[in-house]
Amino acid sequence: MQSYTIFIVLIALTFFGFRMGRNRAVKASEGHLSKLHSLPIYHGLYVAIWCSIPSLLIIFIWIISEPLIVTTLVLSELPVELQNQSQAQLNLLMNDVRNIAAGNIGISEADPAVIIAAERYSAVSRTSGTAQFILILNLAIVGLTLGIKYIAPHFRARILVERVGMILLIIASTIAILTTIGIVLSLIFESIRFFEKVTPIEFFFGLEWSPQIALREDQVASDGSFGAVPIFAGTALISFIAMIVAVPIGLMSAVYLAEYAHSKFRAIAKPLLEILAGIPTVVYGFFAALTVAPFLRDSGGLLGLSISSESALAAGVVMGIMIIPFISSLSDDVITAVPQAMRDGSYGLGATKSETILRVILPAALPGIVGSVLLAVSRAIGETMIVVMAAGLSANLTANPFEAVTTVTVQIVTLLVGDQEFDSAKTLAAFALGLTLFAITLCLNFIALRVVQKYREKYE
Amino acid sequence: MNDTIMDSGLRPSRETANIVRRGLKKRYAAEQRFKLYGLLAVCAALAFLVIMLGNIIYKGHTAFIQTEVKLEIYFDEDVIDPTGKRDEQTLRGADYGRLIKTSLRKQFPNVQKRRDKRKLYRIVSAGSPFELYRMVQKDPSLIGKTQAIWISAAANIDILNKGGIDTTRPETERRVNNKEISWYENLREAGLIRADFNTRFFTAGDSRDPEQAGVLGAVIGSLLTLAITLLLSFPFGVMAAIYLEEFAPQNRWTDIIEVNINNLAAVPSIVFGLLGLAVFLNFFGLPRSAPLVGGMVLALMTLPTIIIASRAALKSVPPSIREAALGVGASRMQVVTDHVAPLAMPGILTGTIIGMARALGESAPLLMIGMVAFIVDVPQSPTDPATVLPVQVYLWADSPERAFVERTSAAIIVLIGFLVCMNLTAQILRQKFEKHW
Repeated sequence: MQSYTIFIVLIALTFFGFRMGRNRAVKASEGHLSKLHSLPIYHGLYVAIWCSIPSLLIIFIWIISEPLIVTTLVLSELPVELQNQSQAQLNLLMNDVRNIAAGNIGISEADPAVIIAAERYSAVSRTSGTAQFILILNLAIVGLTLGIKYIAPHFRARILVERVGMILLIIASTIAILTTIGIVLSLIFESIRFFEKVTPIEFFFGLEWSPQIALREDQVASDGSFGAVPIFAGTALISFIAMIVAVPIGLMSAVYLAEYAHSKFRAIAKPLLEILAGIPTVVYGFFAALTVAPFLRDSGGLLGLSISSESALAAGVVMGIMIIPFISSLSDDVITAVPQAMRDGSYGLGATKSETILRVILPAALPGIVGSVLLAVSRAIGETMIVVMAAGLSANLTANPFEAVTTVTVQIVTLLVGDQEFDSAKTLAAFALGLTLFAITLCLNFIALRVVQKYREKYE
Repeated sequence: MNDTIMDSGLRPSRETANIVRRGLKKRYAAEQRFKLYGLLAVCAALAFLVIMLGNIIYKGHTAFIQTEVKLEIYFDEDVIDPTGKRDEQTLRGADYGRLIKTSLRKQFPNVQKRRDKRKLYRIVSAGSPFELYRMVQKDPSLIGKTQAIWISAAANIDILNKGGIDTTRPETERRVNNKEISWYENLREAGLIRADFNTRFFTAGDSRDPEQAGVLGAVIGSLLTLAITLLLSFPFGVMAAIYLEEFAPQNRWTDIIEVNINNLAAVPSIVFGLLGLAVFLNFFGLPRSAPLVGGMVLALMTLPTIIIASRAALKSVPPSIREAALGVGASRMQVVTDHVAPLAMPGILTGTIIGMARALGESAPLLMIGMVAFIVDVPQSPTDPATVLPVQVYLWADSPERAFVERTSAAIIVLIGFLVCMNLTAQILRQKFEKHW
C-alpha cells in the first residue's frame, strides 16, 4: 500500500516541478520568450527529470534489495537451533513468517519463535517502508530545488532534456536483448544444476522417462529416470501430424487465394483464415480434448481400430488446423512477390495456369515457402496448450499416431505446475527441456528468417 | 540443327500440333482439378473454423441460463441468531442449510428415508446457504419472516431442466434417478421451477460447484494482467521502435538488436514463462500467482510485436514530413515527438491492440508462474493471487464435472467476445485514422 502512496506523491511532485520550472522560465525571460535558449516547456521537463529519475532509480534498487535485507535481518534474530538448518528449510520458515505477518495463517498453531520472527518481520518491513518514504521525499525535493536553481534565459535545457530522452530510448531498445540474455542465462543456469545430477548423455539418449517416480528425498535422481528421447519422439510425431495437415491445406489455400480467387472472395476468405490464428490456443485444446479426440476414438472403434482418447492424432490434427494460417499467409506473401514477368513468360510458352504455378512459381518461391514451413514447425514444437489438454502425460516411445504420446511442453508444464522444490531434479529437468526447446526453435527461426529475407532481397 | 529449331519454333508442323492438341484435354482437366484442390483447401480451413466455433457456441449457450427452484423459506430466528445480537459473526456462522432442508421437507412430506432425504437436499445447489446468508446480511429484518425465494438448482437438475439428460435410458446409466426426476416434475408442475438469466456467471468468482462458478474473478484477473502488460510494453515498445527507426546508426549493435527482436517474436511462449519463474519469482522473490508477474511476463512476450508494428508505422510516415520539420528548425527529437510519432500513432495503437489481444489469449507462460491456482475471491490489486480467462478455461476443461463443460464453453464465448471487440477496435482505428500517403 505504501508503495502506491510513494508513487502518487512522486507523480504530484514531478508535475509540480514541471509547472514551476515552466513558470520560472517564463518569468526569467522577462516577457521576451525569444530571450530563452530553450522553450519554457523544456525548463519544466528539466526540473521534472531532476525530481523523478533519481527517486525512481532508488525505488527500483530498494524493491530489488529489500526482501534480501529484511530476510537476513529477521533470520539473524532467530534462535540458534532454528538458524542451523538447510537453505530449503530456512526458505520454508521464511514463508511461514511472511504468511503470519500478512495474516494469512492463524497464529494459534505456529511455533512461538516463528511468531516473534513474524513480528520482527513486520517491524522491519514497516521501518524499511518509512525510511524509503522519507528518503524518496527528500531526494525528490532536493532534485526539485536543484533543478529550479539552474533555470536562466541562456540555460540549454532542451539539449539536456533531449540527451536524457535519447538515453531512455537506448535503454528501451536494449530490453529485447536483456530479455534474450535473461532467458538464456536462467535456462542455462538451472540446466547446469540439472546436469550435475543427471548426465547429459542419459538425458539426450536415454529411452526411459519417468521423473515422477522419485518420491522419497534420497531417491531423487537415482530412481527417477530422465531419458528424454521418448519426449522428443512424441514432440516430433505430433508436429509431423500437424505438418501433414497444415502444409497441403495452407499451401493450396495460399496458391488459390493468390492466383485463382476473385478479389472479392479473397477479401472475405483471407481475414476469415486469419481468425484461425487469432483464436487462443486454449480454445483449440478444449476442442481437441472434448470433441475431436472422442470423435476419433469412436470412429476408430467403428473401424476396429483402437485409438487412445489422448491420441497423438487428435492433438496433431487440431494443431495442424491452428497452423494453417501461418503457412497460408506467409506463402501468400511469397507467391505474390514472384515477378509477373515470370508468369507471363510461362503463359507465352503455352503453359496452363496450374502448370505455371507448379513449374515456375512454386520453384521460384520455394525458399520462401521452406522458410514459412520452418517457422510453422517451430510453432508446432513450442505449442503448449493444445498438447497439454489433448495429448498424454506418460512418455511412450512409439510412432503409432493412435497411441498417446507426450511432448516437451507437456512435460515442462506437468513438472512445474503445483508444489515444487527448487533443487529437485524433477523441477530442474523442466529447465533442461526448456533449454532444448529454446535452442531448437531458435535455430529453426534463425534459418527461416534468413531464408525468407534472402528470398525477399532476390525479387525486390 | 539450328534450322530445325527455327522451323519448329515459327511454324509448328502438323505432327507437333496434333501432339499438343491430343494432350490438351488432359491438361485442361488437370487445370480444373488443381483449381478445385485449392478451393477445397480454403473451404476445409474455413469449415474447421465454423465447426469449432459452432460446436463451442452450441455447447456453451445453455450456460447463460440457470435453473432455479422456488422455496418457501422461513428465516427462523432460533436457527440464525438465537441470541438476537445480529452481529456479523453470528450471521455468518449460522446454519442456513437447515432452513433450506426444512423448507424442502415441507414441500415433500412423503420423503422419509434418510437416503432419500439426502438426495432431496441435493436438488438445490450446495452453495445456496451462502445465497441466503447474503440476503440476511443485506437485510437482517428478514429474520423471523417467511419468504418465497428463487434458489439456484444443483447442476444435475439444471442439466435435466435444459434437456441434457435422456430420461428414457435405464436408471443406472443416468446421473439422476427416477425419484429425483419425479421431484423435479412435481416442482415444475407446481410452477416452482424457472430458467433465468445466469447473472451469477458474470458476478461470481470460481467455485467447485458448477452452478455457483462465475468468470468475474478471471475477467478482473485478465484486466489487471493486461493493464500491467500495457503499462510496461507500450512505452518501452514505442521507445525502442523510435530509437531503431529514427536514431539508431547503421552498425553491428543495431543489427544485433534487430535480429534479436525478430527471433524473440518467434520464441515459444512457454519459454517466457520459464524466464518469469526463474527470474521474477525465484530471483526477485515476487509473489506467485499475481497479475503483476503475469503482466510482466506477457509484456516481455508482446514487446517484439509492438516494436515490429510501431516500426512499420513509423516507416510509413514519408520523409518529407521529417525534412519539412527539420527545415523550420526543429531538433531531431522534436521532429519525432511533435510530428512523426503523432502521425504514426494510429498504426502504433493498432499494433498494440493486436499484441494485447494475443496476450489476453495466452495461457502457457502463466501456468509457469502459478496463475493456475483455484481462487474463489475476485482479485482486488495486482499483487493478489488471481487467474485469467484462458487459464480459467483450462482449469474448467480439466474438471471432471459434466456441468463444467457448458461453463467452459461459455467462458470461451466470453473470451472470444473480448478478442472480437479488441480486434474490431483495431480495425476501426486502422480504417478511420490511418493515413495513406
